[in-house]
Amino acid sequence: MSTAEEASVSADVTPVPDPSLASAERRESWRYFLALLPALLLLAALFVYPLLGIVNRSVYKAGYTLESYRQIFRVPVYLHVLGGTFKISALVTLLCLALGYPLAYVLATCRPRTARLLMIIVVLPFFTSIIVRTYAWMVLLGRNGIVNQYLTALGLTDKPLALLYNQGGVLIGMTYVLLPYMVLTVYSVMLGIDPGLIRAAHSLGASRLQAFRRVFLPLSLPGIAGGTLLVFILSLGFFITPALMGGPSDVMIAMLIEREVEITLNWSFASALAVVLLALTLVGFLGYNRIVRLERIFEGRP
Amino acid sequence: MRDVSVIVASGSFFTLLGPSGSGKTTTLMMVAGFAYPTRGEIFVDGVPMAGRPPQKRDLGMVFQSYAVFPHLTVAQNIAFPLEIRKAPRAEIRRAVGEALELVRLQGYEGRLPRQLSGGEQQRVALARALVFRPRVLLMDEPLGALDKKLRAHMQLELKHIQQHLHVTVLYVTHDQEEALTMSDRVAVMRGGRIEQVGSPSELYDAPESSFVADFIGESNFLDGVALSAEGGGRWRCRAAGGLEFLGVAAVPLQAGQSVTAAVRPEKVAPADEAGEVAPGRSVNSCKGVVEEAIYVGDATRYRVGLGPDGALTIKVTNRLATRPLSAGAMVALAWSPDETRLFPRAAP
Repeated sequence: MSTAEEASVSADVTPVPDPSLASAERRESWRYFLALLPALLLLAALFVYPLLGIVNRSVYKAGYTLESYRQIFRVPVYLHVLGGTFKISALVTLLCLALGYPLAYVLATCRPRTARLLMIIVVLPFFTSIIVRTYAWMVLLGRNGIVNQYLTALGLTDKPLALLYNQGGVLIGMTYVLLPYMVLTVYSVMLGIDPGLIRAAHSLGASRLQAFRRVFLPLSLPGIAGGTLLVFILSLGFFITPALMGGPSDVMIAMLIEREVEITLNWSFASALAVVLLALTLVGFLGYNRIVRLERIFEGRP
Repeated sequence: MRDVSVIVASGSFFTLLGPSGSGKTTTLMMVAGFAYPTRGEIFVDGVPMAGRPPQKRDLGMVFQSYAVFPHLTVAQNIAFPLEIRKAPRAEIRRAVGEALELVRLQGYEGRLPRQLSGGEQQRVALARALVFRPRVLLMDEPLGALDKKLRAHMQLELKHIQQHLHVTVLYVTHDQEEALTMSDRVAVMRGGRIEQVGSPSELYDAPESSFVADFIGESNFLDGVALSAEGGGRWRCRAAGGLEFLGVAAVPLQAGQSVTAAVRPEKVAPADEAGEVAPGRSVNSCKGVVEEAIYVGDATRYRVGLGPDGALTIKVTNRLATRPLSAGAMVALAWSPDETRLFPRAAP
């Protein structure tokens, strides 16, 4: 008798709980817990504890007070900066999706050799410091930067374009830094799409565009959901790139927090800003979760 | 791939059968349009397929991996080819209902593929490939992933559906039993070439090469030398140990040529109780020692050693009246020359 038949026979038998099995299962889960323990301890010590400290500090200023929070909601500039932060993050996310999805598609569908080469190119920037890369962009985009030199030399513009120290500069810089996160997330989902499904769609009469729109795109949605979420959340806390490439009006919330800590030494207020950012991020995540139903998408369900 | 030329009659069930790497799937993919022949042509209904992408060939295809769209329900999967063809909504609903009935999946409309068993998913794939009335249904080992019982059941069901719809089927499998069960005609492939095309009984009873004799069903092979022509395509041969027997030449032979004789195990009968084999010019016979007896339920298989002539495996149907042979016993065997196929063999 083949093993397949044996398996189907035993599957018909109603499972009887075996006490020794249950205890084995418990031992098993203990082992998992032990394996997780170092990571849990690290998270508790380096993440949960400081987070609680921040929350505590945000309401403590020579005695417990909600003064910092009141200030955030009283002075318009803070809410304005928060709004700007969300707007820039959303724009960066859209740009990353628009640039990253086609790139991931090429990576997932081209020949493996080409894919490996392209993948190296995608990941290579991670090997350099983000500050170095940001300064490199500044050299490129500056008033007398390479881009402007070429543009004027080709006669496309008579005077150098303002590519730096404005929102455009922030968007270029942040999109560049965050693009690989989008590409890698979308790519990993695309790799899991069975090419046979596309072939099946063709055999059923679907053109390339129809096969993409009706089969490939819906199946890559989990990647889009994951990638946009990741890029958006990373954008919210971005600091170096907007600080170096943005103008005076492109202040993001992380820069504000840094200023409170470094310059005004108002740690309570900085903590309150951080808590508000965290809370808004969580609200955004939950709202997104409601629309996209992430947990279902992560399980590959429509 | 070379010299693959077949004509599939409209409304018939045609199978490409061969071991892996024999080119059967490549042939199917060329018909489907996913692979391109360097030379040669493919016609469907007299229309040349060259330069036509798969989506313009109007051929239904069922894949071994099912390839059912995981994000669409059963009904949406089956409606897919019709929606692509922009069929009217009412027409789609009617056709999907009919297709569901055909593969007996009524009531499964709203389910998603992952809620279905492998067999059910394959039915969805079949319904989806048939719903737009393709000119030919191409199937690439569609039952390969199913367990044995379900596979046998699906074979019959597929055959019934094919007969019911009179659809032309081009089927690929490496399972000779499956090919024999379902096909009107079978092309046996090997190394990118077609070895033989014929009906299942032609392939089983009159194989044209020792490869086909071995691949379709089971054969005993006795190596020997052709001695003399006996008329009617029969030849007298002598095996390595001196055993003389008669057989039918699958291809023209010459005296003195090295040959291989193929005999099916069930065509060889042991002698009766008296140990006598009815004598006569038309019967091959020999004596041997039972080396091994294997009981397989409906029959018992014996391996009978013939000394320097080799060995024969025989298959005897188990009946209450049959006297089982035991290992070590002497036994006389007889078989018909008409059921002995002779193939030329490269001289040793």
